[in-house]
Amino acid sequence: MTLLAVDHLSVTLRGRAILRDVSFRVAEGDCIGLIGPNGAGKTTLMRAALGLLPATGTSSLAALPPDQRARAAAWLPQARQIAWPVTVERLVMLGRTPHLRGLAGPAPTDHAQLEAALTAMGLHDLRHRTAMRLSGGEQAMVLIARALAQDTPLLMADEPIAGLDPANQIATMRVFARLAEEGRAVIASIHDLGLAVRHCTRLILLGEGRIVADGPPAAVLTPVHLARIFGVTAHYEQTPLGPVFQPLEVIA
Amino acid sequence: MIRLALLLCLMVLALFIASLAVGPTGIGAGEGLAALVAGGDGPVPLIMREIRLPRALLGVMIGASLGLAGAALQGYLRNPLAEPGLIGVSGAAALGAVLALQTGLAATFALGLPLAALAGAGAGVILILLLAGPRGGSITLILAGIALSALAAALTSLVLNLSPNPYAASEIVFWMMGSLADRSMTHVWLALPFMAAGWVALATLGRGLDALTLGEDAAEAMGVRLTRLRLILVLGTAAVVGAATAVAGAIGFVGLVVPHLLRPLVGAQPSRLLWASAMGGAAMVLAADLAVRLVLPERDLKLGVLTAIVGAPLFLHLIYKTRAEMP
Repeated sequence: MTLLAVDHLSVTLRGRAILRDVSFRVAEGDCIGLIGPNGAGKTTLMRAALGLLPATGTSSLAALPPDQRARAAAWLPQARQIAWPVTVERLVMLGRTPHLRGLAGPAPTDHAQLEAALTAMGLHDLRHRTAMRLSGGEQAMVLIARALAQDTPLLMADEPIAGLDPANQIATMRVFARLAEEGRAVIASIHDLGLAVRHCTRLILLGEGRIVADGPPAAVLTPVHLARIFGVTAHYEQTPLGPVFQPLEVIA
Repeated sequence: MIRLALLLCLMVLALFIASLAVGPTGIGAGEGLAALVAGGDGPVPLIMREIRLPRALLGVMIGASLGLAGAALQGYLRNPLAEPGLIGVSGAAALGAVLALQTGLAATFALGLPLAALAGAGAGVILILLLAGPRGGSITLILAGIALSALAAALTSLVLNLSPNPYAASEIVFWMMGSLADRSMTHVWLALPFMAAGWVALATLGRGLDALTLGEDAAEAMGVRLTRLRLILVLGTAAVVGAATAVAGAIGFVGLVVPHLLRPLVGAQPSRLLWASAMGGAAMVLAADLAVRLVLPERDLKLGVLTAIVGAPLFLHLIYKTRAEMP
């Protein structure tokens, strides 16, 4: 089933075209790495697809009323904002906001989702700690857990693994891959192409606001694309341990 | 959490009764309360009904309004330094009142001043909505509020500047210091509809304010309609603060200090801080209004002066204590 259909999406901010005529589908089981150089339009693409930015073209999510959209897709912004010294538990529970009804507090399902999200991100030991006093990496894990607690068919995350240690990066990518295996879908913008290649089923390569390539990692990270869009050479090899990708040199 | 609610309730109740019991006529607590319940036409029931009851009721209403609006604004702006005066509506209400004093409208009928202040608040809220636009973010709201406050302050100064005699000027200055003295039940009935509407409006914002802990983008993606939330926030704040300023003048620091004081006790959750700050604000204004009657009974110490004198050092102390914890 299609979880997101984006057609001819374009965004122009202050006279500058940030996103130009982007179309793609996201299906159940997709674990998509959204890749591209800085300023390629990755964040804009996700925000416009969610309807958080004025855009031309259509997005099936942007067309939904806000409360329905919030039950269809979770959004993890890149800016890790935590305004008040609330506990990890309470912060993760905020992910249940779209599911709460009327004046009622969290129901047993909400508590079950909270526990599942804490387990997925390995946060049980930190649950009573004040989130804003944790390390940057730990805060990132807490915010991912918040998005997981939203329990949506689609998760969109903006650079979710930036600033995490290698173990947490891998663990987070595994969580995303597992969501996809369960029949949900994930779109995450990622700069670490090595991790993207290993854990994503599909890559979307953005360059100057356009989709340059969309498909399995091996088909997207070709030497031509790497040279043209990222301006680098790279080593890419299928090994018994899975695909290994390493950028090598900047092309002068 | 229930313990905190109970404690705050008991505090408000105790201070309310104490407020009814204190006054220059020396009517005791028991005698006064009995007269209030029994009614009648003697001097004691009259003083209780017409002087002390409105004063105590206004203390609760204004305190709750300032505490609630402060907590809501801090939650929306995600800033512990926000306070109800920030959106400029109290300044606009004060300007309305000052104009009423200057033009003599205040002297022509009893409600001239509060009605003019409410008109000022109404004009202020229209201006702020026009300035901040329907889709502007929190920064636009702050800037529009600063602009409106500055304009209202400048015009108030102009009125003072052009005031025909020193008596009019001193009347204006004393009014601006804020007080609950000599208010009647008419003031209560005038302020109540605006405040009740504002309380209901602000009380609905809890869940959205909680979500805003994660920033505007995340909150919007969780289904919070930010434009609507901001509109309700501005209208609700304007209603309660405009009405409070109209009947009592400017009472500062309550909306700033009370949410700050209570935040650690509610686990920093903005929705819980709403009701807690409403009760805490009521307690603070009642206590301050008791203090102005007990500390210098013969000098007519102004309530707004006392809240600022107590509030500012308390706030400094809180900042000193919590500075290590803030990001």
